[in-house]
Amino acid sequence: MSATLQPYLLISTLLLCLGLYGVLTRRNLIAVLISLELILNSASLNFVAFGRFHMADPSAGQVFAIFIIALAAAEVCVALSLILLLFRQRRSVDPASMDQLKG
Amino acid sequence: MNLADSVFIGLAVVTVLGALGAVAFRALFYNALSLVLCLFGVAGLFIYLHAEFLAVMEVIIYIGAISVAIIFAIMLSRPMDKSDEPRSPSASLRGAVCAALVFAGLWRLLSGARWAQGSGQLPDMRDIGKALLTTDVLPFEAVSLVLLVAIIGALVLSSPRERS
Repeated sequence: MSATLQPYLLISTLLLCLGLYGVLTRRNLIAVLISLELILNSASLNFVAFGRFHMADPSAGQVFAIFIIALAAAEVCVALSLILLLFRQRRSVDPASMDQLKG
Repeated sequence: MNLADSVFIGLAVVTVLGALGAVAFRALFYNALSLVLCLFGVAGLFIYLHAEFLAVMEVIIYIGAISVAIIFAIMLSRPMDKSDEPRSPSASLRGAVCAALVFAGLWRLLSGARWAQGSGQLPDMRDIGKALLTTDVLPFEAVSLVLLVAIIGALVLSSPRERS
């Protein structure tokens, strides 16, 4: 069962869709960030699963997943400092209230 | 059903339930804890995929650094017992319909697809190290530069402004 691609694809598709639901509905920027982490994880799970079962070079998928983890770390570090800055200035982290650039 | 399969199913259930909790709970702190649960499940799945190095990295970087940073931000930005504002039912419905449509489309596509045949070789940690220093050395250096810029950017953003 764990030796075929299909169950991994099911899990990663579920992670992607749950993350998408979170990004679309949450009212707090940190919760949106948590949902983004789910989406990134589904991508790296997909890369590793395809690399394990369907690639000529067995390490290529894992190398790509390492890059995803590093970029996720960079993204979280910048995003959290931006969110904290926004919270300090506006006392709110609701993405719907950040519409000052709206024309 | 043998032991390996039952553990695999358990890990899959833990991963999906953790992801569900990370978006469904209204208290932000529970979201972060569910995310940790989900990441542990993904790390276990990586072990099933013979990616032990990635499993360890997932635990150290994602759980040890990213989740802890998120929990810190939650504690700094609002009182922990205060939960998220209630979502309007129409917005949740829209989100759920979008996610369900994406899931249905992707799953239809994936179950009908035929993939190229793999080499069947098991990946080795040594291959990853070699790839990072030979074929993938340019992306590797670019990622290290991105990390450095992100650290400096975060420090600049969060340092207190001097009054001019």
